[in-house]
Amino acid sequence: MTSVPVTIAAPRGAGRRAWARSLGRGLRFGLLLACAAFFLLPIWVMLITGLKSFDEVSLARMWELPSGINLDNFAAAFERLAPNLLNSILLAVPAAAISAVIGSMNGYILSKFKFPGSDLVFTLFLVGMFIPYQSVLIPLVLFVQSIGLSGSLLGLILVHVIYGIPITTLIFRNYYATVPTEIVESGRVDGAGFFGIYRHLILPLSIPGFAVVLIWQFTQVWNEFLFALVLTRPQTWPVTVALNNMAGTQIVEWNVQMAGALLAALPTLVVYILLGRYFLRGLMAGALKG
Amino acid sequence: MWRRLLVGVATSALVLSACQQAAAGEVEVFSWWTAGGEADGLAAMVEVFNEEYPDLTFVNSAVAGGAGTDARAQLATRLQASDPPSSWQGHAGQELIGTYVAADQIEPLNFLYQEEGWLDVMPETLIPLISEGDNIYSVPVNIHRANVMWYIPSNLEEWGVEAPTTWDEFLATAATLEDAGVTPLAIGFQWTHMHLLETVLLGSLGADAYSALWDGSGDWSSADVTAALETYQQVLEFANSDASTLEWDQAAQLVVDGTAAFTIMGDWAEGFFKAQGLEPETDFGWAPAPDTDGLFQFLSDSFVLPVDAKNREGALAWLRVAGSQAGQDAFNPIKGSIPARSDGDRSLYDAYLTSAMDDWATDTVIGSLTHGVVANDAWKAEIDSALGLFLADGDVGAFQEALVAACAETGPCS
Amino acid sequence: MQVRRAFQGRWVAVGMLAPSMLAVAIFVYGFIGWTARVSLSEWRGLLPDYTWAGLANFVDLFADRRFHIDLVNTLVFTSFFVVGAVTVGLLLAILLDRQFRGDSFFRSLFLFPLAISLVVTGVAWRWLMNPSTGERLSGLNLLLGTFGIDPLAWHTSDQPWGIAFVALPAVWQMAGFTMALFLAGLRAIPEELKEAARVDGASELQVYRGVILPLLRPVLLSALIILGHLSLKVFDLIVAMSGKDIRLDVPSIYMWTTTFDANNYARGAAIAIVLLIMVAVLVVPYLAWSLRREAEV
Repeated sequence: MTSVPVTIAAPRGAGRRAWARSLGRGLRFGLLLACAAFFLLPIWVMLITGLKSFDEVSLARMWELPSGINLDNFAAAFERLAPNLLNSILLAVPAAAISAVIGSMNGYILSKFKFPGSDLVFTLFLVGMFIPYQSVLIPLVLFVQSIGLSGSLLGLILVHVIYGIPITTLIFRNYYATVPTEIVESGRVDGAGFFGIYRHLILPLSIPGFAVVLIWQFTQVWNEFLFALVLTRPQTWPVTVALNNMAGTQIVEWNVQMAGALLAALPTLVVYILLGRYFLRGLMAGALKG
Repeated sequence: MWRRLLVGVATSALVLSACQQAAAGEVEVFSWWTAGGEADGLAAMVEVFNEEYPDLTFVNSAVAGGAGTDARAQLATRLQASDPPSSWQGHAGQELIGTYVAADQIEPLNFLYQEEGWLDVMPETLIPLISEGDNIYSVPVNIHRANVMWYIPSNLEEWGVEAPTTWDEFLATAATLEDAGVTPLAIGFQWTHMHLLETVLLGSLGADAYSALWDGSGDWSSADVTAALETYQQVLEFANSDASTLEWDQAAQLVVDGTAAFTIMGDWAEGFFKAQGLEPETDFGWAPAPDTDGLFQFLSDSFVLPVDAKNREGALAWLRVAGSQAGQDAFNPIKGSIPARSDGDRSLYDAYLTSAMDDWATDTVIGSLTHGVVANDAWKAEIDSALGLFLADGDVGAFQEALVAACAETGPCS
Repeated sequence: MQVRRAFQGRWVAVGMLAPSMLAVAIFVYGFIGWTARVSLSEWRGLLPDYTWAGLANFVDLFADRRFHIDLVNTLVFTSFFVVGAVTVGLLLAILLDRQFRGDSFFRSLFLFPLAISLVVTGVAWRWLMNPSTGERLSGLNLLLGTFGIDPLAWHTSDQPWGIAFVALPAVWQMAGFTMALFLAGLRAIPEELKEAARVDGASELQVYRGVILPLLRPVLLSALIILGHLSLKVFDLIVAMSGKDIRLDVPSIYMWTTTFDANNYARGAAIAIVLLIMVAVLVVPYLAWSLRREAEV
């Protein structure tokens, strides 16, 4: 890790170097703070709106601070969204976990077993990453309905696992490509079979890859709206659909809506805050080097 | 161990069959009434339903989103999968007929109308607009009026103007207001522009010519239509510049704040003004949109009977409640609309709504475009595209051509 | 003995891959096939109608003024979004590619917009980018005003520039991800190369230009592809911000309204196929290049 600060010209004298160093550091910090402000701006707007009472909410008064910390909105939003938050958890956790395991297995196979056509299969998988969801909506619903899973969270989990195959396979394949083949070879020499090598040699090395995939899939599944809309019923609605409903079609209570939106974003935020460094470490370990 | 297993299996079988029984008593209804007055009104109607049919369970499958676009998408996927709900909400008129009757998805309800005697209590001018030929296809629960102009009387006084009664007067008043630094007209997203367009068309062309446009006998390429579109363009010049970022209620907020003078919006706006703490007549006022006095441009939320409906008897029960006096009087005062029936209990409705009920009984009933009465979905979508392009480039000629093409491709014009 | 075991392992491997292959075959290619078939039909109502229509839907589409707007908007949005996300991501990665107190806080901060759904923040951005002027100045214009900058029209600017402003929240959401990619890339650059350049007398700027940036090219390419395809699929953000204003229309929105509002499934499918082709044009050459490069290594 470099710790050389930005110098201006060829080093010439300790004093100038120190001055340049602190200028550089100050500049860097200033830039970072400016970027941080930019990144926090929409969240700030949502937060202060969520704390306001209904009559305080209007475009003209967007920047005004709320008259008091009005947690009623959050309470009201939570009351309406609680069952759907649970649905989202029941949806996103299994979907992310199963997705990760499948991706890991596929990635391992495609990176360590060069059977004829493995490159073609990988390419065909990848193309699947790029389809717009709207274009497969109708046949998807017809299919899910025909296997009797329409309206259940299980059906939605299955759909997310399947459409997660391309990206999870990609991430793991790229990650395992950095794992030397000698490890697999040595396993074979020791007499381990396919599953043995996977369980004892590959899996322990996979933590960074799992970090990336679990976090990415959890976030994607949690925030997804379209498939959730058409594949679930009111009892199984995830929080994205319920949040949209809370807005209604006539007059929107923006204070409650923003509070609800922040609540709905809380689990993913927590995941990123707590596990963000593992996500980064995983990426830096080569999960998406291209 | 085996006995326990057997008992377990038998119990589950019993429970499952009990569930099947309960499922037979379920009535699943789609709507887009998920929040606010709409949801509360629906809940009140459901209460009436539960009282009259205690052994049926109402399943509320409401999905929000822009006058139902998400709900309709979800409904489309259900219908494609031949899994219709017991009933669904739709705008009475071509929106329902053009889409669902054409695809043989809903049943005619003439028998129900006769059983319940609804033909005696619903206006005659309404029935043809919700029918195809002689078949009536939906049960209207409420009526909203589209061609209403809202304002704050005390503000108008302060600015020394009066609510205009013709579009010429409007343009003159608007010029005065603009000089005084007031935005004459508050408007919002693209659909509110279509809402304005239909009132301008109605006002400019008059009831007969307007109605003719929608049944194929009118001429979209006529000079009258050109004049109407030009008026529309002139009116838009007096609208707020940030319209494309505002919801309809944020536009109405401009009127409340005194920044704008008028907004032309359906009478669900009344609920907005009241939510701001304003009283009808004293704090906020209304008038028919310019040149449309005596014309009631309506839209109606209604329910249908799907072919192969889930629990057909339950669905019919729901429709009976939706068309009943008790049901409509439970729903409408809370929702902020008037009953489709003419025998509503006036004491339950506020100042604006009672005046609307009077107008509904006496005015000529005309259908709304934006809210699905006069044009089917495909046609309306074409008009919407044409309108969007017009808003982007301001070319009246191209707009009119696109409207002519829309009628020919997706409407009844030849 | 070893040969047989290796052989067995290979069949097990293929067997384990088979369910995924089957799923992808159905859910991706099967459904694409269905969409393609519908795009060549006359299906225009709720009931499926597979009457053969040849390329009529595509011909109509390319004559459609609204679709022209869509294509221009897509081009503008993609350009601004990709360039913006890459630039900001690279800047953040360079700023954060060193240890100092609070560095992991900043990294997590820039990553977390990814966690929030765009449906939700789309509305907040719509408020922020409110274009009112004069007395009704609000949102970002109000802030700009305190610095003496004239209010902008933001996303209500004339077509095609309005959509360029919509790229702003998109950059906001994805810049952290790009930053993570570039951080990984920067870490992978061996220190010796940088030191060698410095010893040769290169200034820090020259080190960046000559050593670091060229070595980031593979990461840049990955970022371009991921961002590019996301930009073609963007839907929620634009609907939340635009209320379906045609000036901000893009193919994915047109596909939705034409399929579910106008019940024109045939045209909706045609738009989907065009979108897919646009994505393929981006993605297939990259995949071919990337796989060939791996084979060389």
